[in-house]
Amino acid sequence: MRPEPALVRRLTEVRAADRSAAGGKAAGLGELAAAGVPVPAGLVVTAEAFGAAMAALDPSGSIRARIERLPADAAAVARTAAEARAAVAAAPLPPTVADQVTAAYAELAGGQPVAVRSSATMEDSAQASFAGLQDSYLGVQGSHAVLGAVRGCWASLYNDESVSYRRRIGLPERDVAMAVVVQRMVSPRAAGVMFTRSPVTGDRSVVAIEATWGLGSALVAGVVTPDGFTVSKVTGEITGRKVGAKLRLHCLEPNGRGVADLETPAGLRDGPCLSDDEARELARLARRVEDHFGAPQDIEWALLGDIPGVTHGTGPAGRIVLLQTRPETAWAARGTAPAATPKPRASDHVLGLFGKAR
Amino acid sequence: MTADGGAAGFPLPSQIADVPGAEGWRSMYPYFTRFQPDDDERFWFYNSMHFPEPMPAFDTITAEVPYSAIGANTARVFVFPTTLGIEHRIVNGRVYITAIPVTDPDEIARRAAVFGERASYYYENWDALYEGWKARMRDLIAEIEGVTVPELPEFEDAAVVTQSRGVAQNHYVRENFHRCIDLFSKMWHHHTEMLMLGYGAYVVFFQFCKQAFPEITDQTVARMVAGIDVIMYRPDDELRKLARLAVDAGVDDLFTEGCAPDAVLAALAGRGEGGKRWLAALDAARDPWFNVSTGDGFYHHHRSWADDLTVPFAALPRYVAQVRDGTLAARPTEALRAERDRIAAEYRGLLGTDDEKAAFDQMLGLCRRVFPFVEDHKFYCEHWFTSQFFGKIRQFGALLARFGVLAEAEDVFQLHHTEIDQALADVMLAWAAGGPPLGAAHFRPLIAERKRMLAAMREWSPPPALGPVPEALNDPAVHMLWGVTQQTIESWLRPDSGEIRGCGASSGVVEGVARVLTDVNQIGEVRAGEILVCPVTAPSWAPVFGKIKAAVSDIGGSMSHAAIVAREYGMPAVVGTGDATKRIRTGQLVRVDGDRGTVRVIG
Repeated sequence: MRPEPALVRRLTEVRAADRSAAGGKAAGLGELAAAGVPVPAGLVVTAEAFGAAMAALDPSGSIRARIERLPADAAAVARTAAEARAAVAAAPLPPTVADQVTAAYAELAGGQPVAVRSSATMEDSAQASFAGLQDSYLGVQGSHAVLGAVRGCWASLYNDESVSYRRRIGLPERDVAMAVVVQRMVSPRAAGVMFTRSPVTGDRSVVAIEATWGLGSALVAGVVTPDGFTVSKVTGEITGRKVGAKLRLHCLEPNGRGVADLETPAGLRDGPCLSDDEARELARLARRVEDHFGAPQDIEWALLGDIPGVTHGTGPAGRIVLLQTRPETAWAARGTAPAATPKPRASDHVLGLFGKAR
Repeated sequence: MTADGGAAGFPLPSQIADVPGAEGWRSMYPYFTRFQPDDDERFWFYNSMHFPEPMPAFDTITAEVPYSAIGANTARVFVFPTTLGIEHRIVNGRVYITAIPVTDPDEIARRAAVFGERASYYYENWDALYEGWKARMRDLIAEIEGVTVPELPEFEDAAVVTQSRGVAQNHYVRENFHRCIDLFSKMWHHHTEMLMLGYGAYVVFFQFCKQAFPEITDQTVARMVAGIDVIMYRPDDELRKLARLAVDAGVDDLFTEGCAPDAVLAALAGRGEGGKRWLAALDAARDPWFNVSTGDGFYHHHRSWADDLTVPFAALPRYVAQVRDGTLAARPTEALRAERDRIAAEYRGLLGTDDEKAAFDQMLGLCRRVFPFVEDHKFYCEHWFTSQFFGKIRQFGALLARFGVLAEAEDVFQLHHTEIDQALADVMLAWAAGGPPLGAAHFRPLIAERKRMLAAMREWSPPPALGPVPEALNDPAVHMLWGVTQQTIESWLRPDSGEIRGCGASSGVVEGVARVLTDVNQIGEVRAGEILVCPVTAPSWAPVFGKIKAAVSDIGGSMSHAAIVAREYGMPAVVGTGDATKRIRTGQLVRVDGDRGTVRVIG
């Protein structure tokens, strides 16, 4: 007997197999939680909820039909997509969805601030192409604001670029859905991204970390030059260390609503925001995640604690939590020539090297 | 900007001015070591790794003979496809070198065919050949030890008559001196016999690792290959044993920081059974394990432990203290081996395909096959043999001093070996004729002048390189042996950023007080917890690594001695800085970053 598809699920209940209902981000976070990796507590508003909302908003499917008929004309796409976004963002949620989200939010955060982030359900490489196009809302407080942010995430499915892409590949609009992750907001001392292979060289023996003060949104938005660390997975050595000019920092507004974009205090700008030990700890965690998924990962992380002189009393300092993981796609798609192939005799390798003209 | 409008570069050989006060330096060295006008068109670098000081005239033999052997090995014996040999030149007492490459593709192909056959014979039979090599090397060492220096007494030994030998011993003055030079040359031929191929195997594995794992550090590649039971650790192990015995025998109170070897030995003689046991153990350890030079076997004044007990006795007090408080651990060979194998297995596991894994296994296997030779040959060659060799030459010096040609035995090293030939002929003639030798008037002023010039040249800062910079310096062997890459050349070209850059040879970051040594004989000055800053380190320095917090050297790559020992001790090391000994002073607070390969003076 199959239960009714849930509109809202706990993040800890979601697994990789639930991708079509919970989206890639939620599936990844659920897997992390199951593997014992710390992630902020959260819930997922599933694709079912999106489907219910769209059924209420667009019962005849006319909004989606109009999109499907769009020519590859940028101006036309912009106009129609904007209308669709406005409609989705403004329409009240069906009561069953609204009630369940409200109740789950109360249980999760009890009125405390949360992060509301899109979790796309599409399977192919579009996932990677859309990264960053779909909206996220940080510092969302109160059930009314949470419901608004959920609608905002759904509306971002109709961003111009997303719509253009779907039209280019001819994806039926009926198959398009969006889940939304709602997680307890963290207040990090530093945050950033890390790759379980070098983004520059593709080397799988290192973890490459980029880090900045406060929330990682400053890094994702590209308003800072992050600190960079390269850590060997095998020896734990830090083989690359670069301190960036972190002129801005993002942190949660003191009232918990929204994100403050501040000038970084002079003493912090040019100082590393991570210690070597913290970088190594991040790398260890990254390796665990990669091992769990069996493929190189692109991970968002946060290191909890106070930003010196900016935030204080924000929770358990020094704890690392992961905010997202997804398969690394750039190098996976590229493929590399083997560094060497076996030869009849081991010494033939030497003959090969010294026989080469420079 | 230079006059010709070019970018900053190195001076040309012809632009090097004589060091003031040493204008006559050319008279110390053979004509074939001088820069020629055409040499301005080639790139040379200062071999400060092997020759960090100005060369006394005799010591040029440690350039002449090795380069004669290395070039013969690569150009003529194994016929390396892309390189002939190495040329060397001396200017202001410093040795500059350049390799002669083969660039014509047809020529490379022709050489490669020969190289393939010859090299694979050695690789395929490596272990057996290495056993034979060790036997031959022990024979050579026995031969050099057996060379006698005739005493030239008033009357010849009666046996010359009763056994009708017919040949008086002044003949053997020259024959036996030549024997020393000839054996030294043979030793160097054997030294290179397997070494170039050994390095070749390493370079191949190194390049593979760099291609498969572009971010891997040189030191990590080295760690996968390095031997665990390396003979060069043996002298240090012997010291640890002696420290344990000192405590067992109840004579440990004599080993205090700064203790003088002579005083300790004298005191031990008066300490009854315990003292006797310890002295006997010392004698047993000395031969052969104290035949380690405090240098790398390239200078006569780098004495061995056997010659000068200062270095081993500088390490003993600390080891003794560790025995007392139970902290003197044996080298954790099992743990080191397990860690080496773990690292190799993990990198192997990260390779993408089974083909790559199979190639990795082949290359690593070959490296580990050749590495016992690569790591151990130095003990036989540069240390054991060479200590004996310099000792014999010193005895010939004593003969010359006894006949008044030299003021003291040690002055023999101020003469080129061909000049010593003349001085010995002078003594042979004088002994035969019954008159005095004429050499005192000839050699003594010349030697005084040479010592003066050497002192003046010591103050000179030789440019790290000379001549036009090649477009690409992509020879991995040069990088491995000398720590010289395109990057180091660039850092030589723009010094003085406040940060001293080199090759991060052993990871970690540490701060401490610097102890700058320019001469290995100062090694006894190093105090616990200091950061050692030195031109280059040799295996016999190992005991001092137990005292220091970090090591910095002017010269060296990831496979240099300082790098290997620092990793062994798990301390940060930055090698190949070019000029750390000139930019840091003893007593300054420095920060050594072994991950990034930088050193900074912070106070």
